[in-house]
Amino acid sequence: MSAAPIRIFVPVDAAALSVGAEAVARAVAREAAARGAAVEIVRNGSRGMLWLEPLVEVETPEGRIAYGPVAERDVPSLFEAGFLSGGAHALRLGRTEELDWMKRQQRLTFERVGVIDPLSIAEYRAHGGFAGLERAIGLGGAEIVEAIRASGLRGRGGAGFPTGIKWKTVHDAKADQKYVVCNADEGDSGTFADRMLFEGDPYLTIEGMAIAAVAVGATRGYLYLRSEYPHAYRTLERAILKAEAAGLIGASVMGSKHAFHLEVRLGAGAYICGEETSLLESLEGKRAVVRAKPPLPALQGLFGKPTVVNNVLSFAAVPWILAHGAQAYADYGMGRSRGTLPVQLGGNVKRGGLIELAFGISLREIIEDMGGGTLSGRPIRAVQVGGPLGAYLTAEQLDVQMDYEALASMRAMLGHGGIVVFDDTVDMARQARFAFQFCAKESCGKCTPCRIGATRGVEVMDRIIAGTERPKNIAVLRDLAKLMTDASLCAMGGLTPMPVMSALNHFPEDFDRPPSPRQEIALAAE
Amino acid sequence: MAGYPAWDQDSARTIIAGLAHLEGATLPMLHALQDAFGYVDPQAVPLIAEALNLSRAEVHGAISFYHDFRTAPQPARIVRLCRAEACQALGCEAVVDDLAREHGIVVDAAQAGDAAVETVYCLGNCALGPSALVDGELLGRVDAARIAALCRHGRAHS
Ligand SMILES: Cc1cc2nc3c(=O)[nH]c(=O)nc-3n(C[C@H](O)[C@H](O)[C@H](O)COP(=O)(O)O)c2cc1C
Ligand code: SF4
Ligand code: FES
Ligand code: FES
Repeated sequence: MSAAPIRIFVPVDAAALSVGAEAVARAVAREAAARGAAVEIVRNGSRGMLWLEPLVEVETPEGRIAYGPVAERDVPSLFEAGFLSGGAHALRLGRTEELDWMKRQQRLTFERVGVIDPLSIAEYRAHGGFAGLERAIGLGGAEIVEAIRASGLRGRGGAGFPTGIKWKTVHDAKADQKYVVCNADEGDSGTFADRMLFEGDPYLTIEGMAIAAVAVGATRGYLYLRSEYPHAYRTLERAILKAEAAGLIGASVMGSKHAFHLEVRLGAGAYICGEETSLLESLEGKRAVVRAKPPLPALQGLFGKPTVVNNVLSFAAVPWILAHGAQAYADYGMGRSRGTLPVQLGGNVKRGGLIELAFGISLREIIEDMGGGTLSGRPIRAVQVGGPLGAYLTAEQLDVQMDYEALASMRAMLGHGGIVVFDDTVDMARQARFAFQFCAKESCGKCTPCRIGATRGVEVMDRIIAGTERPKNIAVLRDLAKLMTDASLCAMGGLTPMPVMSALNHFPEDFDRPPSPRQEIALAAE
Repeated sequence: MAGYPAWDQDSARTIIAGLAHLEGATLPMLHALQDAFGYVDPQAVPLIAEALNLSRAEVHGAISFYHDFRTAPQPARIVRLCRAEACQALGCEAVVDDLAREHGIVVDAAQAGDAAVETVYCLGNCALGPSALVDGELLGRVDAARIAALCRHGRAHS
């Protein structure tokens, strides 16, 4: 028989691998060979339903049918059940596109992730890839910048700065050399969208960076990736080589007069390197001490040259905007938060993963409807939004909408869109202590409020936890938080008080408990 | 996993020369040396300084700034255990306690044995924690017994 092989998708995303996808892929190949079944195993990205990983899909005339979570030992029974034609099995979930988790989303940036073979340029193109870059080349730099401005796109790295304004500054600057730098440090705990995008659709960010380069007149680009992401690194390295070989970037961008040389650089385990000026210092090979601003990186960035620095998700939004039009993008969202936001749901949650939605959905819908509550089955007590410098919210505050301004109005922040759920066993005084400890460890050391303040903060929290002169120490804590907020040079020191103060203000009872033996042991051990 | 070869000044020099054409080559050099030898020997400092026309203090300053770079040979196996918030919410601190109590493995203990468990903050696997990274592979839903077994495995193969 020479029927076309049946396509089976087994993710190569690191999260899927972390729960056994590699063994599943091998088992599928083994079973298929043993039964003489003609199959083609495609290693795709993850659909983002991480609690269902490894999620295996089979292409059938009715569409792709999902099975999950599949363990290696399930594979023979899947073949017995006729899963190659979408047969019934306890793990059969139905058509992937029809699953509630997928149907609720508006995937623009993640439209191809989990769908295509990540490294296939042909599949990327067949699914609309490089249409944005092609369009951009036909426009002038000023017109590209205007499209980005009109789309309302704001930086997805945390600060929410309008991307079009940043690009215009670099576009208007006169210089012999300009750079485009992608911030892929993704240091915020609770976030993994950049990683999933690189592993599932690496050409998208490359295309977005190339569009930025054409727009501002830059010929060199760097993608600064954290060293904690070895899988993403391997995928990106291969994708860049393939894109160069195909003439999409390199000496000529898609046959145009524009050159764009792109390189991946690895970070080295420093959280502060996500701060853009620290990142630039690191790319220059130095200690990654934060620079004072001004000058803005847009005017004096990498090696003192005008530089666009954007987050992965900011660049990744760009090809869609160019291909579909600024207005089509701006039609999603609310208020001053336009477009879609890839939300990352993690921590103690039953159904965690990647959810891309227009701005404006409430935290409660995400955590309860999509996430299904806690994994432990216990009540939700606290939710941290926006990474280690983000606020802890209570279960009562979850009706807030996911939007830059709505969160800011309750002294919280959206950051890079990470949501971390805690159940009622969490001790918020210890979480406050951790925020200081993390800042003490990761401070670049340039300014005193952060460098010394964080260490003081750990000491004050230790006294509070130990029950020593609590009212006095809580007053010291409030003063210290104010000082760090007001006087730190960058948001590392400036925002560390956000998780601390939200813990204190929303969960005061945790700062007034009898010291427990567990805490004493933990403190003694440190 | 194989152990690393002993530091060799000549191959270090070759590695450095091969990367000297890059802009801002310091970090790529340090990574390449650490990939080859498991650490960056202090003898590399003058080589890098010379290749990049930097002072030794600048090179040393860069090495000491970043958590990744080691200046002494590393154990044959390092398990990086995530202890950031999402993994805290899933009990990574209990894993740390259990490792110490039940397996005699102290996280972040300075030691020159064959295996070590070290703290890392976020591996991008925050929905499937507690997470760990070992030999370039990501692991989800780990517990102390699994980490301890990985450490023993490290010893057995070194
Ligand atoms: C301590 C600290 C860590 C940061 N980490 C990141 C990061 O991991 N990724 C990121 O894109 N931006 C991070 N930022 C924000 C960057 O400084 C900068 O605002 C961003 O890269 C700009 O890109 P955008 O406009 O596309 O968001 C961090 C900022 C601070 C203060
Ligand atoms: S706030 Fe902290 S991280 Fe930021 S510049 Fe000051 S010392 Fe460095
Ligand atoms: S980043 Fe670790 S000390 Fe500054
Ligand atoms: S917080 Fe542990 S993997 Fe992200």
